[in-house]
Amino acid sequence: MRNVRMRWMGGLVAVVAGALLPGATPAAAQTVRGVLHAEVKHLDPHWTTANITQQHSYMIYETLFSLDSKGVPRPQMVDTYRVSPDKLTHTFTLRNGLKWHDGKPVRAADAVASIKRWAVKDAAGQKLIARTASLEVVDDKTFVLKLKEPYGLVLRALAKEYSYVPFILPERHAIQNPANAFEGEKIGSGPFVFSEKDWVPGVKTVYLRNKDYVPRSEPPDYYAGGRHAKVERVEWIVIPDPSTAVAALQKGEVDFLQSPHIDQWPILKKDPNVTMRKVDVQQMQIHPNHLVPPFDNIKARQALVHMVDQRDYLRAIAGDQENWTVCWAYLGCGQWLETDAGAEPYRQPDLAKARQLLQDAGYKGEKIVVMAPSDIATINAASLTTAALLRKIGVNVDLQVMDWGTLTSRRPIKDPPSKNPAGWHIFHTTSNGVALSDPWGHANISTRCAEAWFGWPCSPRATKALDDLGNTAPGSPEFKKLLVEYHSALMENIPYVPVGEFNSNSAWRKDRLEYTSTAPYVLFWNMTRK
Amino acid sequence: MLTYVVRRILAVFPVMGVVVLFVFVLIRIAPGDPAAIIAGDYASPQAIETIRVALGLDQPLHVQLRVYVTNVLRGDLGRSLHSKLPVRTLIAQRLEPTVALTLSTLALAVTLAVPLGILAAWKAGTWVDRAVMVFAVAGFSIPVFWLGFLMIYGFAVTLDVLPVQGYVSYREDVGAFARHLVLPTLTLGLVYMALLTRITRASMLEVLGADYIRTAQAKGQGSRRILFGHALKNASVPIVTTIGVGLTLLISGVVITESVFALPGLGRLTVDAVLQRDYSIIQGVTLLSSAVYVLVNLVVDLCYLLLDPRIRY
Repeated sequence: MRNVRMRWMGGLVAVVAGALLPGATPAAAQTVRGVLHAEVKHLDPHWTTANITQQHSYMIYETLFSLDSKGVPRPQMVDTYRVSPDKLTHTFTLRNGLKWHDGKPVRAADAVASIKRWAVKDAAGQKLIARTASLEVVDDKTFVLKLKEPYGLVLRALAKEYSYVPFILPERHAIQNPANAFEGEKIGSGPFVFSEKDWVPGVKTVYLRNKDYVPRSEPPDYYAGGRHAKVERVEWIVIPDPSTAVAALQKGEVDFLQSPHIDQWPILKKDPNVTMRKVDVQQMQIHPNHLVPPFDNIKARQALVHMVDQRDYLRAIAGDQENWTVCWAYLGCGQWLETDAGAEPYRQPDLAKARQLLQDAGYKGEKIVVMAPSDIATINAASLTTAALLRKIGVNVDLQVMDWGTLTSRRPIKDPPSKNPAGWHIFHTTSNGVALSDPWGHANISTRCAEAWFGWPCSPRATKALDDLGNTAPGSPEFKKLLVEYHSALMENIPYVPVGEFNSNSAWRKDRLEYTSTAPYVLFWNMTRK
Repeated sequence: MLTYVVRRILAVFPVMGVVVLFVFVLIRIAPGDPAAIIAGDYASPQAIETIRVALGLDQPLHVQLRVYVTNVLRGDLGRSLHSKLPVRTLIAQRLEPTVALTLSTLALAVTLAVPLGILAAWKAGTWVDRAVMVFAVAGFSIPVFWLGFLMIYGFAVTLDVLPVQGYVSYREDVGAFARHLVLPTLTLGLVYMALLTRITRASMLEVLGADYIRTAQAKGQGSRRILFGHALKNASVPIVTTIGVGLTLLISGVVITESVFALPGLGRLTVDAVLQRDYSIIQGVTLLSSAVYVLVNLVVDLCYLLLDPRIRY
């Protein structure tokens, strides 16, 4: 009996001692641990537009072309690319050394099947395929795209870096129905290998260095150039609470925070071991339902714009002025398509004019439903600001608080709230800078009436200007003229109200990581562990 | 007795049948669309509809229910709508941290709270009693998330003696396993200790005022024998009930602690599934929780037999 008791005591002492002794140094000095903005749940890049899935895909897959820091598409998987003099035949040859993670070579058939699968879902892909006469494999390394008419955005579409990214999958995965996630091992040809056995959704995602990967020889530039995997292992840890994530970074349990909460920025700025840098912006948007009164009337949408003082919104969303920028450019300030043509009448808020326009639109005090997602702090702050301003101009506001999941299930409803209790008048959302710089592929800004995004804006003028812009050489005088025309058409129709831009920052341990990328997604290639 | 046990175990099945039906219907009539969440914010309405059809969510409710019930009867809880992994695998991945945290919290609370409650009752009206009650009220009043952050700031960031977050399985490293459980256990344990201390004190006070205790004292029996031989056994029925209810509450209600300390447990799995409208996971976890609830209640009922010979089933 005494021996049994002694054994129990010994075990207890061992556990207590284990608890008090410091933890073993992580064996992987070549491991980088990051906390990303969300958890990886979907592994098929052609199934969802979720940013986290696209970031996961950048780890293991590649694209035929990648954008550089000037927004120019550069070859990534492609070695040579030729265009016929009539600009209708595009010939692509894959570079040497491309291998799938199971050791088999990447073939032109993989690329062709992947482009076809991607184009079913993606707006830019749909436009490309609509202009395509044929897309055929020539040999193991070469394929040819023949167009019905010249199209200036072929390479830009193939280098698209957000939403549905045209990642190249093995043919056996790419031929599966894009309506569902593909079945089979998740193998790509990129610089990291997905460790499926270590994947615990909601907890951890693990990538290992692809020892067989042959990087391009060009220096890295944004998404383009050589992708050198310089660490053996990358772990994406899920820490749901922002304060805990910051404490974990300060203590060195993680090395990288992709999106620390804005309330934590002052703490991170003071920490001598931490670097924090702006990596992207978010544009906050007020989306009215164009199908239901009063916002089916252009005057009511103009009233919304006159009501808005962007500074009120941006202070509520992002606090100090150093974190935000007043911006009336639909396509982003500081982006390659920046223009605010047509925005002049709206620069100064005018509540009296907003009230008058609303009356002119026939508004007679009906309830206006504003959906506010309480689980997303930034969008909720904007929703509350809109509700307060609407009340100031005499609107009978029905502020409905819900979670984001409920909001996304209600926003496809086209009926007015008077007919359907789930109907709505206004919701808010954000777009990042990358999306803003691609109006051809960005669903939020579509003005294609019934085919447009939620809110269903309808502007044949803007739609035509955008189509013409896509067929014009970027940078040419004609391009600039069409850009002004497109933006003016947007400001005339007001598909949504842009209420300025606020920063997205990332933070990392500067004593542990060397990281120079300026891309909005965290790129773990070319990242060095000190 | 055996008949009673068998009857109670058999009663699990209709209870779970009702749970399946209720959960299935409730989560589908609640607002929220898994297809819209899966498709992401930049997807077109057409892309969302395509996913809805592919997942079978466009089917009538009774068709979806028939498919689900058939699968459950075969022991198949389905696959996550998002990750496509089997729900059984996802629950198995998350079960260990929750069970470990629940048991460590329970052990801490029972070890400290029951003696504290007995002490408070024995010394009723004195400063000892008042001190224990101050502790119990404080334990009940302090928000769990605030206490958690305080623990992280004090023990992990400032003193640097314990980890901030995460979980390590005991199969990988017993020491790291214990280290990662200390702060969550202290945080969650304080609330549960407060509850158990108050119940123990109240129950003991009631028994200590009974005639047979006065008789025992008149017979000259010692304090220890009166407290542990007579009073505690008779006061233990409500204490055991609270421990049982607490166990089920801990299993299903540790979500705040799991979130603060990034413990990958069932609470977080459930909340994430609700936010993402992952129907299969919500149904699977609810089934598991209801089964645990019914079985824990059965064990508590059986404990009554051992503690109080007057109870018969």
